Amino acid sequence: MSELPLAGIRILDMTGLWAGPYATMLLADWGAEVIRVESTQVKQMNTRGNVARPTKEMVQKGKLVFHYAYPNLDPGKRPWNRHPSFNAHARNKLSMTVDLRRPEGKAILLDLVRIADVLIENSTPRLIQKLGLEYDVLLRYNPQLIMVRMPGFGLTGSYARYRALGTHTDGVTGHHAIMGYPDVDPTMRGDTTAADAAAGSASAFATLAALWRRRQTGEAQLVEVPLVENFLGYMAEPLMDYTMNGHIQESIGNRDPVMAPQGCYRCTGNDQWLVLSIAKEAQWKALCDVMGQPSLAKDARFASAAARRLNHDALDVVISDWTQDKDSRHLFTVLQAKGVPAGPVLDEFQLLEDPQLAARGFFEELHHTEAGTYKYHGPLWKQSETPNHLRLPPCSLGEHNEYVYKDLLCLSDARYQEMEATGHIGRDFVEGIV
Amino acid sequence: MSMVKQHSGQAGKSPGALDGLKVLDLTQHISGPYCTKLLADYGADVIKIEKPEVGDIARQMGPFPGNHPHREKSGLFLYLNTNKRGMALNLKIEKGRQLLLHLARWADVVVESFKPGTMERLGLGYSSLEKANKKLVVVSISNFGQSGPYRDSLASEIIEHGMGGSLRATGMPDREPTKYGAHVALQQAGSIAAAAVMTALFARERRGRGEHVDVSIFETQAGSQDRRTTMTLAAQHTGYVFPRRPMQFALATGTFPCADGYIHLSGSAARFPYTVKLIGREELLQHPTFGPMSNRSDPRIVEEFNQTILLPWLMQHTMQEVWHMAQAVGLACGPMYTPKDVMNDKTFRARGVWATVEHPEAGTVVMPGRPFILHRTPWSLRRPAPTLGQHNKEVLTDALRYSSEEVARFRRLGVI
Repeated sequence: MSELPLAGIRILDMTGLWAGPYATMLLADWGAEVIRVESTQVKQMNTRGNVARPTKEMVQKGKLVFHYAYPNLDPGKRPWNRHPSFNAHARNKLSMTVDLRRPEGKAILLDLVRIADVLIENSTPRLIQKLGLEYDVLLRYNPQLIMVRMPGFGLTGSYARYRALGTHTDGVTGHHAIMGYPDVDPTMRGDTTAADAAAGSASAFATLAALWRRRQTGEAQLVEVPLVENFLGYMAEPLMDYTMNGHIQESIGNRDPVMAPQGCYRCTGNDQWLVLSIAKEAQWKALCDVMGQPSLAKDARFASAAARRLNHDALDVVISDWTQDKDSRHLFTVLQAKGVPAGPVLDEFQLLEDPQLAARGFFEELHHTEAGTYKYHGPLWKQSETPNHLRLPPCSLGEHNEYVYKDLLCLSDARYQEMEATGHIGRDFVEGIV
Repeated sequence: MSMVKQHSGQAGKSPGALDGLKVLDLTQHISGPYCTKLLADYGADVIKIEKPEVGDIARQMGPFPGNHPHREKSGLFLYLNTNKRGMALNLKIEKGRQLLLHLARWADVVVESFKPGTMERLGLGYSSLEKANKKLVVVSISNFGQSGPYRDSLASEIIEHGMGGSLRATGMPDREPTKYGAHVALQQAGSIAAAAVMTALFARERRGRGEHVDVSIFETQAGSQDRRTTMTLAAQHTGYVFPRRPMQFALATGTFPCADGYIHLSGSAARFPYTVKLIGREELLQHPTFGPMSNRSDPRIVEEFNQTILLPWLMQHTMQEVWHMAQAVGLACGPMYTPKDVMNDKTFRARGVWATVEHPEAGTVVMPGRPFILHRTPWSLRRPAPTLGQHNKEVLTDALRYSSEEVARFRRLGVI
């Protein structure tokens, strides 16, 4: 098997929650050595679980939200090694622990900086400043280091200290205002975490672009990927409608400004839906035929996309009446066979069994000694000459301390044991941590 | 890789991280163009190939100035195609395909987003391109991938989001789930494809040869770290799928009304101390109902707190007040901005997030600028999106070294 393209690139990963860990997942999947720099004394927000040690009672009470979806609803001895929102991205990564608040811990990190290619973090700028780990400091230890920072709003400006997660990014970029049910209060629209994924893939690309530049010219640099600013580009359509026309877009829900009909229609089964988008007249005629209502195609109310947009409510009733007693995956097959763009809204089990993903070997099984054996999504793209499969199960807290301290930093056995014994490093969060 | 800078007539601008990288862009619509936009915005010389007369389908998508559709004035197209050179090339005729193979010899990377099988039918499949240029990286972006039973299926933003992404998780439990706004899923797939271009280039450095990269938009959605990946694992953990969650599912978490608008708060059980600090009720940490950590994930208690304590406080404060006060105590929070609010935000403006483009047909257009900052090789706007066929002559004479007479002949033959 050929080596993966990013083999030999070492990345110190100080990220938490979703956006940063997703960036490092993409890099780890393609061969980079990603070392998560974690701590047993300080728990990163919403990382390795919302709380370090939820009681069984908390898990039972909160079992309808995924924040408590531990294997078999059991938080286990070390819940932080069993949490789905962490384990979903932590494969192929290594984990070490160090207490950066101690001078000794900071020195360890700086020693690692000397032998790393990239350090990536998504804390608030204030924390990095407090820890004394800003780029000018790190450069003294390694002038070749690329530092990737993913603040909420940027390293400078009046929001520099502000935190933003996907949901707040939806708010301040205008996404929340243009999405969701047009007919209900915004409090009931729900939020998304789209900006996290967007910033994650942007940061993976930006990291690789910076590494590419360094390879060509020897120049390292600081990379700044603010969650909010990156997502403004995803709002180009509504924002430019404002800059061009002064028009303030509001939500059109599941509809499209051009294609019609487009929507999400109830099917048989629990919470099963069909989505479809009609882009061409031929597709509209084919839909009418499949629905067994060819006369609809001649109905003046639906004679063009513009007419269908005007009469969309009436059309939605017709389509819903037709889908409501049918299976969404069956309709997908039938409609696609006639050239109608449609698809089922897949739930997680349907996704895991999906024939397309199965044919392409998308999900791969990994065994984790503390969490069990489950299917994880594989690498996000395929390269014809670089076969790629998941290599390591999600990293447990501090699992790779020995490798990092002994192999990379050449610490003596005695010194390592002392660090363990004094509780500086370890595999368990300290008691009482939130 | 040649280190010679290829941007014609654009010397003197700051260097880009991908300077010298040559990309032949056969994509249209959203995912592919966003991928090549990222490459072009950070320095690559991207030549966008479009179908003569018609061009990229995004040219037909708004917003348009004055709502008048015009193929040179689509806001979406102008945004997705900054910094690219444009060529209109007829791939239906033999000479057009020959020119394309010639360009494939010039390029480091080809990105295409045709329906799977189209490139092969045109005689431009991976094996032909590889024959023309062994070092070429070819990236194919498609709805469902280059293989498998759905290979030829049709899709759209809502279909990709519904099948692959987290559409199922958004909205009210008893109603239809709802999609993202704009084209978020397709655009994000494009940014993943940009990362894939880079890993293939790194692989080429090792092996000295290119390869074929297969990006399935479906898989980019199913594998993006989001609720989707978390819930796919969570469902295996518990044996059930998660309902669309109630909007205020945790303490001080969700979208709430305030005096003059709406605000997003992320309180949660663990961050309850911040929430009570925000509302000036720190004594609630000792409250018999809200105090105990284990109570704070109980839906009834969450509801009681949100309705009887949080909401009355929020209704006495404006969106901006709540936002800044919450951030001051360390609570993640954000106002619900309209597009107008976004454009008027002073901090965004001061940070320089907007770009003003002078376009020969569309005039002065304000759009989102840099998505992120590479501090030594910053984003720069070297040129606006190309008009259809704008650089036909320039590309043929400059990249492929044809004479002006030959270019004129291509034009007569309808090749360009």
